[in-house]
Amino acid sequence: MLGFLIQRLFGAALVMLVMSALVFVGVYAVGNPIDVLLSPDATQDIRAATIARYGLDQPLWRQYATFLGNLLSGDFGRSFVFGMPVLQLILSRLPATLELTLAAVLAATCIGVPLGIYAGYRPASPVAKAVMAVSVIGFSVPTFWIGLILILVFSVELGWLPAGGRGATVSVGGVEWSVLTLNGLSHLVLPALNLSLFKLALMIRLARAGTRETMGTDTIKFARAAGLSEWTILRRHVLKLISIPIVTVFGLEFGSTLAFAVVTETIFSWPGLGKLIIDSITSLDRPVMVAYLVLIALVFVTINLLVDLAYAALDPRLGRGAPA
Amino acid sequence: MTEPVLVVRDLATHFATRAGVAKAVDGVSFALDRGEVLGLVGESCSGKSVTGFSLLGLVDPPGRIVGGSVRLNGRELVGLPPRELRRVRGREIAMVFQDPATTLNPVLRIGEQMRLAVVAHERVSARAARARAADVLRRVGLPEPEARLDAYPHQFSGGMRQRVAIAVALLHGPAVIIADEPTTALDVSVQAGILAEMRSLVAESGTALVWISHDLAVVSALSDRLAVMYAGRIVEEGPTALVLTAPRHPYTAGLLASLPSQAEPGVPLRPIPGQAPSLLRIPEGCAFQPRCPRAVPATCRVAPEPTGGPLRRARCHFPLTLDPAEAA
Repeated sequence: MLGFLIQRLFGAALVMLVMSALVFVGVYAVGNPIDVLLSPDATQDIRAATIARYGLDQPLWRQYATFLGNLLSGDFGRSFVFGMPVLQLILSRLPATLELTLAAVLAATCIGVPLGIYAGYRPASPVAKAVMAVSVIGFSVPTFWIGLILILVFSVELGWLPAGGRGATVSVGGVEWSVLTLNGLSHLVLPALNLSLFKLALMIRLARAGTRETMGTDTIKFARAAGLSEWTILRRHVLKLISIPIVTVFGLEFGSTLAFAVVTETIFSWPGLGKLIIDSITSLDRPVMVAYLVLIALVFVTINLLVDLAYAALDPRLGRGAPA
Repeated sequence: MTEPVLVVRDLATHFATRAGVAKAVDGVSFALDRGEVLGLVGESCSGKSVTGFSLLGLVDPPGRIVGGSVRLNGRELVGLPPRELRRVRGREIAMVFQDPATTLNPVLRIGEQMRLAVVAHERVSARAARARAADVLRRVGLPEPEARLDAYPHQFSGGMRQRVAIAVALLHGPAVIIADEPTTALDVSVQAGILAEMRSLVAESGTALVWISHDLAVVSALSDRLAVMYAGRIVEEGPTALVLTAPRHPYTAGLLASLPSQAEPGVPLRPIPGQAPSLLRIPEGCAFQPRCPRAVPATCRVAPEPTGGPLRRARCHFPLTLDPAEAA
């Protein structure tokens, strides 16, 4: 187990190094931030001073080395635009995205998996067919369109839920959370719903495919021969057997939503990471872009590691966490 | 003589497929006394496994029991609502499957799987269920049952897994256990151990056993009576020793002649000519007629009815031998 962890951590460090280099070079190629930072009529002196201050006169490899050195001491640099440490900036936006993502992915899983299991268990029933129709819609209709429709229906026409913003927040542990207030929750519902539709469709498909495959096996037949009720078979046997692909997708979706909930955050003016990265790209705020992408890579690496650990716990045949 | 524990009458299970109706089981009748071991023998596709599943009401769609009756302890199982049938399964009639590698759930501990099987029929605490599971595992010859309960199936050998599956079947002390080729997937040496174990378990608990197999040698070592299946029907039935030494149906005789262990050294084996018919196209009349050396086409165009007493029957117009008891 320990050997496995060390091996994985070493791999993760390597991935991070490669990622940071790629990101750095990529962002370097996007454009020169000086053109955006300074007005075109700035004097040559000011221009030179600014370039020197941000270290933009150095060759690329040296800039990267400086960046890496600072990174190792926990310094991601300062935002050109906001003038504050990048890490602080990102961390201030993280809770908003985190709670949105968690709400969306958890809702999709908790609703999608039972629906999918049912659809796989009784594939010919009208309910199963309705569920599959919903999943097709979830897959094929674009997120921005559903977001606009949600706003139109629930905010504009019915007036039940707010159309944008985060609403009231409560500070817990120095971080602002919307989920803890009723008003904040009401702001969370629509964007979370919007984000979760695609994932819901995905979870339904996965659970359905897994259940259909599992129901035909001797394992289920043997459980039936022992007199287990269908409910127990679904809850204890099937759910556990189909959990591995579900956990995988849960992890991947969680990571990608955390990083790229851009469309939904923009439509619902949700002050999260997605909005931050879009704003940084338009203003060529290089430190924010680099730090953001590196952090996202870190998040993915961490999630993959956790998913692998979950495999070992879910399927004893993979052996690492199992008793001898 | 007490009432038989299991009485099967004219059981018929058909599969409606796109290519037609497959009559996997077509009029099977037999009775089983308490503690008796019946060997159900036949080639693949003879309908013997489907017969086993039909007894538990576990036929997968598109298969359906279309007729007949299965009486267990005097209670009719065919047509019983699913909820009540579930209460019977595992408690009064249990089943062991062919491949222990696929029957046990790979991601649940043995103890949990056995606990689920216990609480499916009885409201007992987890601790009591565990004690019961350990007790049954000990009875099927698993060393250190307490510790084994926390293991996963992949940590067992094939033979051990099959013992666990047998233990699951024994949990509630059922009146009948259907064993569908439970030793086929195992090594020969392991087979022998399980056969001996099964014999003594059945004898001590008074459980009746239907042992389904294609292997006459295995079945004959275990069973009191033999029933030979061909194309969805029992073509011959009788006490094991009599069926083996004086078969009446030409098919049984053919099976015996093709058995390596019965052959004289140096004499070539004599396989039955032709192939078992597809269940979609069972020949008219006597299904064995096209392969039968004794068939007289005009007579065999009519399906033969079982002849003989309740203990020794065959479906053949031209049976080979009359056993001494009947001849006398």
